[in-house]
Amino acid sequence: MMLRNWSVRIGSMVLVLLVVVALAAPWLGTVDPTLFDAASRDLRPGQPGEITTLEGDTVKHVFVMGSDSYGRDIYSRVLYGTRVSLIVGLAVALVALALGIVAGLVAGYIRWADGVLMRVMDGIMAIPAILIAIAVVALWRASLTSVILAIAIPEIPRVTRLVRSLVLTIREEPYVEAAVALGTSTPKIMFGHILPNTAAPLLVQGTYICAFAILLEAILSFLGVGLPPDIPTWGNIMAEGRVQFVAYPHNVFFPGIFLAVTVLAVNMLGDGLRDTLDPKMTQGRVRTQVLDEHA
Amino acid sequence: MPVLLVVAVLVFALLRLAPGDPAAIMAGDAATAEQIASIRAGLGLDRPIVVQFGIWLGKVLSGDLGESFYFRIKVATLIGQRLEPTFALAALTMLLAVLVSVPLGVLAAWRQGGWLDRALMGFSVLGFSIPVFVLAYLLIWLFSLELGWLPVQGYARIAEGVGPFLRHLVLPATTLSVIYIALIARVTRASVLEALGEDYIRTARAKGLPELRVLVRHALANAAVPIATVIGIGVAILIGGVVVTESVYAIPGLGRLTVDAVLARDFPTIQGVILFFSVVYVLVNLLIDLSYVLLDPRIRY
Repeated sequence: MMLRNWSVRIGSMVLVLLVVVALAAPWLGTVDPTLFDAASRDLRPGQPGEITTLEGDTVKHVFVMGSDSYGRDIYSRVLYGTRVSLIVGLAVALVALALGIVAGLVAGYIRWADGVLMRVMDGIMAIPAILIAIAVVALWRASLTSVILAIAIPEIPRVTRLVRSLVLTIREEPYVEAAVALGTSTPKIMFGHILPNTAAPLLVQGTYICAFAILLEAILSFLGVGLPPDIPTWGNIMAEGRVQFVAYPHNVFFPGIFLAVTVLAVNMLGDGLRDTLDPKMTQGRVRTQVLDEHA
Repeated sequence: MPVLLVVAVLVFALLRLAPGDPAAIMAGDAATAEQIASIRAGLGLDRPIVVQFGIWLGKVLSGDLGESFYFRIKVATLIGQRLEPTFALAALTMLLAVLVSVPLGVLAAWRQGGWLDRALMGFSVLGFSIPVFVLAYLLIWLFSLELGWLPVQGYARIAEGVGPFLRHLVLPATTLSVIYIALIARVTRASVLEALGEDYIRTARAKGLPELRVLVRHALANAAVPIATVIGIGVAILIGGVVVTESVYAIPGLGRLTVDAVLARDFPTIQGVILFFSVVYVLVNLLIDLSYVLLDPRIRY
């Protein structure tokens, strides 16, 4: 039933393709993305050139997407960059969901903790996400872990709010009251009875977080405050390419196209899941509601 | 207002968690241990953390955000210097976005399922997905490099004349407005659509009012509150977008300052900018909450 939705179909097809590209990157005619060759600097897309391997051998290589000002192969860097983007997107979604679920269950079910917890969440939400991410990266220095956490932190309140509102509705359901009457322990009610019933909206929210995380990681790298420049990420490739954008726009455009297509695919998957998982939600309305949460 | 207090605590925590001893940084490399200790006492850094927060909050409330490690001037002065370009960019973007998105949203709702509606919904998914800086380079490439109509980057103060000022801001504002248009148009469409299903619309049409009047005076007026809300919430997107857009277009504003401060690990400036942006965001949304009274006479505080 889910796959009948064309949005889910296209989105997941593109994503499967990207996962395959990420995993199979070494066998797709790429070279080591960190290799460079002074003789192959600033090649235009499709130009042949050469590249020096770590062993010092010089091999012939066609630069399908051109090369950057160090003589590195853009095609290889873009393909390997897919790995970073997908890992960051997935990891941020999982971290934000995990922490947000715990906070949301506590806020929704344990009344005395609600006030304080939600005020803190309101405070985090009053600071634009990108600024929190930038500040956290500045504090901890950029590494894969710190970037993932930096992007996840501003997302936590959004998950918390969603879970809390779901919990407040679900806790009034007869099956929860029955469990309370039977003397079931509070953690067991929270995780065994309430959590499973929040799965569908959380899945949708998780998809949007994933899309946003991929975008924000690229922005951080592009601004020079994200992952270290030696890691091939789409944002880093664009950051290096922007200096000579006027002469060689391909350094910016190829990773940019990959980035846009990936984010679009994840968003389409989210939109489609939302429509199929809960037909009651009207189009547009809920999407913007989720987006508000993202702002 | 409690929100702002929480923001203040978070931002204060940021500076305390920051690596490096502010007293040692202020004293310079040649300072002795005693000099550093005296500066630390002067800054109140030897007092309990709650007292320190109180002192810091008192200073912030009186407009003292401390001194930048990197630029060596007061952070408040620095923010003042960089305010004009950012304000101009944000205001122009907002104006552009509202002028384009509200009519589009109304028209899409009016002919629900029509070609404009479908195009707009497609555009909005695309608008949410295309990264601001990719769009920025696409526009630079097309309008500045290929067609040569507009300057590639840079900023002209409004004092240098309205012409150059606008020519430099057209591309950045267009870039930034795309995601904002997508957001507002979607909400406008949804809430006008809801209003159009109400009985008073049928009444208005039945008594023979022109369609334009039905759409604007009856449908849009009743959809105004959610639209205003999303414009306010969108300010967060706008602030995030300003940081990126100013970097791409080399505009010397607050967004650019944020990135420069992070690269220089200039924590007082980072702190000041975050505080400033958050206060603006909260205040804009407060103003919008207050405007509900004007938009909808049924709402009273």
